[in-house]
Amino acid sequence: MSATVLPPQPSIEMAPDSAIGRLKYLMASNAILRATVLCLGFIWVLAVARVLADAPDMTSGPTFIAAVGATSPILLAGLAAMYSERVGVVNIGLEGMMVLGTWFAGWAGWQYGPWAALIGGAFGGSLGGLLHALATVTFGVDQVVSGIAINLIAPGVTRFLSSEVFVGNGDGTITQSPTMADSIGRFTMPFTSGGNFFGWHTPNPLGWISEQRWFFISDTAGFLVGFTTDMAYTTMLALLLVPASVYVLWHMRFGLRLRSIGEKPSAADSLGVAVYKMKYIGVTISGALCGLGGAWLVLDVRAYNQDQVAGRGFQGLAATIFGNWRPVGILTGSGLFAYSQALTQRLGTNPVRALFLVAFFAFLVLAINALRRHRFPSAATLAIVAAGALLYFTSTTKIDSRIVFITPYVVTLVVLTFSSQRLRPPAAEGKPWRKGETG
Amino acid sequence: MKRIRYAVAAPVIAVVISLLVAGIALAVSGHNPIDAFQAMGSYLKTADSVVAVINRAVPYYVMGLAVAIGFKMNLFNIGVDGQYRLAALLAAAAGAAVSFPPIIHIAFVIAVAMMVGASWAAIPGVLKVVRGVNEVVSTIMLNFIATGITAFLLANYLRDNSVKLVAQTKPLPESAWMPSLNTPLGWFGINLPKDTVLNGFLIIAIATGILIYLLIYRTRFGFDLRTSGRNPSAALSSGVNPKAMIMKTIMLSGAIAGLAGMAPLLGDYHQYGDTFPTALGFTGISVALLGRNHPAGIAVAAIVWAAIERGGQNLNSVGVPQEIAKIMQGTLLLSAVIAFEVVRRARLRAEVHDAAVKAHPRSSDPGEPLPALAGGGLV
Repeated sequence: MSATVLPPQPSIEMAPDSAIGRLKYLMASNAILRATVLCLGFIWVLAVARVLADAPDMTSGPTFIAAVGATSPILLAGLAAMYSERVGVVNIGLEGMMVLGTWFAGWAGWQYGPWAALIGGAFGGSLGGLLHALATVTFGVDQVVSGIAINLIAPGVTRFLSSEVFVGNGDGTITQSPTMADSIGRFTMPFTSGGNFFGWHTPNPLGWISEQRWFFISDTAGFLVGFTTDMAYTTMLALLLVPASVYVLWHMRFGLRLRSIGEKPSAADSLGVAVYKMKYIGVTISGALCGLGGAWLVLDVRAYNQDQVAGRGFQGLAATIFGNWRPVGILTGSGLFAYSQALTQRLGTNPVRALFLVAFFAFLVLAINALRRHRFPSAATLAIVAAGALLYFTSTTKIDSRIVFITPYVVTLVVLTFSSQRLRPPAAEGKPWRKGETG
Repeated sequence: MKRIRYAVAAPVIAVVISLLVAGIALAVSGHNPIDAFQAMGSYLKTADSVVAVINRAVPYYVMGLAVAIGFKMNLFNIGVDGQYRLAALLAAAAGAAVSFPPIIHIAFVIAVAMMVGASWAAIPGVLKVVRGVNEVVSTIMLNFIATGITAFLLANYLRDNSVKLVAQTKPLPESAWMPSLNTPLGWFGINLPKDTVLNGFLIIAIATGILIYLLIYRTRFGFDLRTSGRNPSAALSSGVNPKAMIMKTIMLSGAIAGLAGMAPLLGDYHQYGDTFPTALGFTGISVALLGRNHPAGIAVAAIVWAAIERGGQNLNSVGVPQEIAKIMQGTLLLSAVIAFEVVRRARLRAEVHDAAVKAHPRSSDPGEPLPALAGGGLV
């Protein structure tokens, strides 16, 4: 996607002596530690903003519960993009595949219940994935073009299917499936968050701490509440797919083959990997994950709705780039998108306004970073953006919901702009490959 | 002769496949495909349908041109959607705020729209040139941002406050309305039925098509543009500055996208509001792909696209869901891009074959193609 630069190599020098230096050294080699430190840093910034803007909703448990839920469909779309791009196929058609997933999930859920909706969604999405694979792998059509075509086709197909299947059944219309009878279950962790343990209603210490407004501690508790309270099983499935994907792609022979196709198909081919087959598998997995994302949306409201996807496929694509084509990074990216969406839903007071304070801090750090590396034009631009964010924060009392709507996209653009050198997309991404070709 | 066969093969295959898919979908769902296609066809024969198809096709055509300019150099300006909407909003607001004599007023509104479109398109251009950000992703993000900004500006600053229920700009004064073509047509003895208005923007669309054709195929700039698309390193060594080329192309594309929104604004709506057509950008992409990025091809594609839409409106009369029209459009697009690619490969194979025959005239069966030609994605 962007200039291909080698990833930063882990330093082979001895660990530095200072505490921060040692932490940085450890973080470079340990992904879990890196994620923990980044999460705590993020919560700390939010905590500061919460206090300064006096917006307790920013880090409350319900906000994080909403955010973790909203993360799932974006995360699934992002993982979908990853599987497709890891086999070298750009997938702009995520949105369309999600739309197909929502319809089939709505139908299966209405007919056979919520768990069938998941299977239906995956099935519907994988149809889109197969179509994309057929066009790009077998026929060699430009991958962006095929993706655009799928995005255009999907809403037409689902509307036609709705008019044939849903209209006249219960509350089904051309834009909506009949509501399904059951909803998917939800899970609350016992002992930490007040879940039931063999019928015993356990206490809820995290919830209590999160309501105390202790600086940083309550905020961290609120964050943990988000991951332990009232979580739909679909959300849990989406989150579990992150470690599962890490395992499949980086610890299994299948994953190595899959990734090799996206880096250098001819090399993989010469070693006996069935390139076309692997591409088909990767793109179909991608479609199925999109479909699961669609199913999440359907199960959230127990019905298929036209326009339900609302750009989440594209957000997933953005999260994939943000996350450097890696599962944990994609989780982070989709989490950021979802967090700002969750705040939007709780608009009315001023929690979203505080986001601009967060943006001020973020851009300030980026600007100082750029200054230290003697990138003066970048530093100046970032400083201006930071000043703008601060000005907006101080000059408004109530923020416009439409401005909040665009924030995640602006963040993605900024990330793309300032870290495109750091990003490392699969090397053969976007290039059609024919057997017998070098490259 | 062979050339023509190759050129015609793909569109014919695509149309057949799309009719086949739509027919099967209809048959499976218990409708009679023949009845449905007849209902579409007969409806399109009426005079007001013809006018309606042309009126629809005009913005599609201009938008298709906007997209095609980028595609010609492998620059995927997916952002036309955001570009035209922002342009239409600001042009509508600017046009309503000033008063000029008739023609100048129209020119002013169009100029504003094209400038806004070009400026918004400059953002992904700069990001690509300076930071290497892929334009597909950045323009997708910018479409969402444009949606937000347009709604924000409309609600807070550019709204006509005398209208309470709908958010819309102040209406354009009549001096900025595009005159219809009904009167000029009358001079030639063609009298359109009452209540049908042929949008005068048709003239501007045709002129734009001709200009773009001349620009792409008859100027140095167009040659550089096509070379950059087909072989960037050849373009570079012939002295093309790739960065300047990207900026010029994407801004031109954005300007034309802004122009496309003027067809509904000046000829029909006369103000920007919630009901203003929204999916024009993606239709433009489809039409450009169908028309193979050629001004003449896009014209045919735009008319076909509009005709399917218009014909689809009559499907309810025979009890067929009109969504089948969308399926026809979608399959037409997908089968067309696949057919173009398949035909392109077949043609290259045939060329390799011919070259091999020429190189070894004595052998009737050339067997393997020339080694030099065997690579490069031909087989």
